[in-house]
Amino acid sequence: MTLIKSFTDYIGFTKSGIQTQKISTFGDTEAIGKGRLWSIVSVLSLALVWHMGSKLGLINPIFWPAPSAVWQQFISISQEGYRGFTLWEHIWASLSRILIGFGFGCLLGIPLGFAMGLSEKIRGWFDPIVEFFRPIPPLAFIPLVIIWSGIGERSKILLIFFAALWIMVIAARAGVSSIKLNKIHAAHSLGASKKQILQHVILPNSLPEIFTGMRVAMGVCWGTVVAAELVAANSGVGYMIMVASKFLATDIVVLGVIIVGLIGYSIDILMRKIEAKLVPWKGKS
Amino acid sequence: MSELKASNISMVFDEPNGNRVEALQNVNFSLKQGELLAILGPSGCGKSTLLNIIAGFLAPTAGRVSNGDHTLIHSGPDRGMVFQQGALFEWMTVSENIGFGPKMAGTPAQEIDAIVNDLLDTVGLQDFGDKAVYELSGGMQQRVALARCLANNPDIILMDEPLGALDALTREKMQSLVLKLWKETGKTIILITHSVEEALFLGERLFVMAPRPGRIKKQYNLPFAEAGLTQNPRDIKTSPEFIATREEILSMIWGMEEEIMGNSQAVGA
Repeated sequence: MTLIKSFTDYIGFTKSGIQTQKISTFGDTEAIGKGRLWSIVSVLSLALVWHMGSKLGLINPIFWPAPSAVWQQFISISQEGYRGFTLWEHIWASLSRILIGFGFGCLLGIPLGFAMGLSEKIRGWFDPIVEFFRPIPPLAFIPLVIIWSGIGERSKILLIFFAALWIMVIAARAGVSSIKLNKIHAAHSLGASKKQILQHVILPNSLPEIFTGMRVAMGVCWGTVVAAELVAANSGVGYMIMVASKFLATDIVVLGVIIVGLIGYSIDILMRKIEAKLVPWKGKS
Repeated sequence: MSELKASNISMVFDEPNGNRVEALQNVNFSLKQGELLAILGPSGCGKSTLLNIIAGFLAPTAGRVSNGDHTLIHSGPDRGMVFQQGALFEWMTVSENIGFGPKMAGTPAQEIDAIVNDLLDTVGLQDFGDKAVYELSGGMQQRVALARCLANNPDIILMDEPLGALDALTREKMQSLVLKLWKETGKTIILITHSVEEALFLGERLFVMAPRPGRIKKQYNLPFAEAGLTQNPRDIKTSPEFIATREEILSMIWGMEEEIMGNSQAVGA
């Protein structure tokens, strides 16, 4: 019983409290639930349309494969592999590139953003550089990166690093700038030193912005790694899609696309969970 | 017994459009240890500027502020600040906020705990030590701000509109708390407010400031703060003397406003 209850609560089927009594709800964001029930219906109907369309022969499998074909490819590639690597190895190849590139991007970008937020000289020096490189899609650097370091791991990691770096610089700088002068003054008059203010006031105060930056950067990195693998790689989900397309194996292409979507979605959910845990005060000050 | 002294404080700002603004002109006063000074005045009279100079956040164009023998230049833990709102650290619990000053000074954890628990009692937040500050009401947040300031044991407490964002009822309660803390700790307090009633009720001494140039227009020595320690605040605030002084000050401030409006109209014509 409690399981059913918690499930209906989760999908928002049961409403309680004052929300049920509200009459004028248009534009009232509090009165709008998460709509999880509709999400479930939406996914199920799409799956149904796909299944029925293939079964009734309305969809040409050359353009879009049947769900069963994609499922079979999923089983076969996860067990026997594709182009020398199993599905999990392809996924891990893409993910590890992201984690390393993103990690270096944070490692360099966050301190640089902080320095730009705190020092006029550093801000002035780096502002034109950051603003110049920021709008350039990392993929525009692919030809150069291949010339520099071939199609191995390093070229992909460099691109991911580039994608994450500018976003993290700007997020960290915005985080520093977001602090209220009152807080700084309060810390000064409580006897905190510059170093203590940086550590105990400015740094935690900037965490919400940094997390928002990380979420945006993760999305961009994921997109960049797949695109980079489409051009030059010998493993990874993007590589899998690229090779399959050359053989018109749309079932593998669609499998790759679904995996890219699911992993991107999962990363964002994970980041949101971590964010809620680490910066519970976000939006409440 | 140290004495806070402001000598010939002047402050001139150059505005971007080339105008010079005399935010403060030749302000002089001295406060004995344990005096409670309220500063009242219309917007733009320089009262916040004066407080920021005393706090050490602004350097005056001329003049000096001293505490006893030494000149005050930079901000420091000898002068605690209480702001209107938004100065608490949301990433810390109530207790961590209160213990911030001692922790920065390297006080041992056990001592900090003792100080914090004591102050939680003093401001009436015994059961709220582990709460996050954003879970508290506005009045409770100001209690935390007062306690955080007291934890550092400053000589002087500077309050910039500390009760300005609270509702009327909470405000009255907090006024009594300020008086209680003032009496119990014997601190010198300077409190800025927009509310004539609050200034009268809390200020043992009261400066009414006037704008353009910012200056102390009139000084009062008032009995109401002392009385507020023992008597019912409502009785004091409805007493004939209180009302008479309130009306006198209100008409003075109205006069200033009219002067400013009149001036600007004359300029406009």
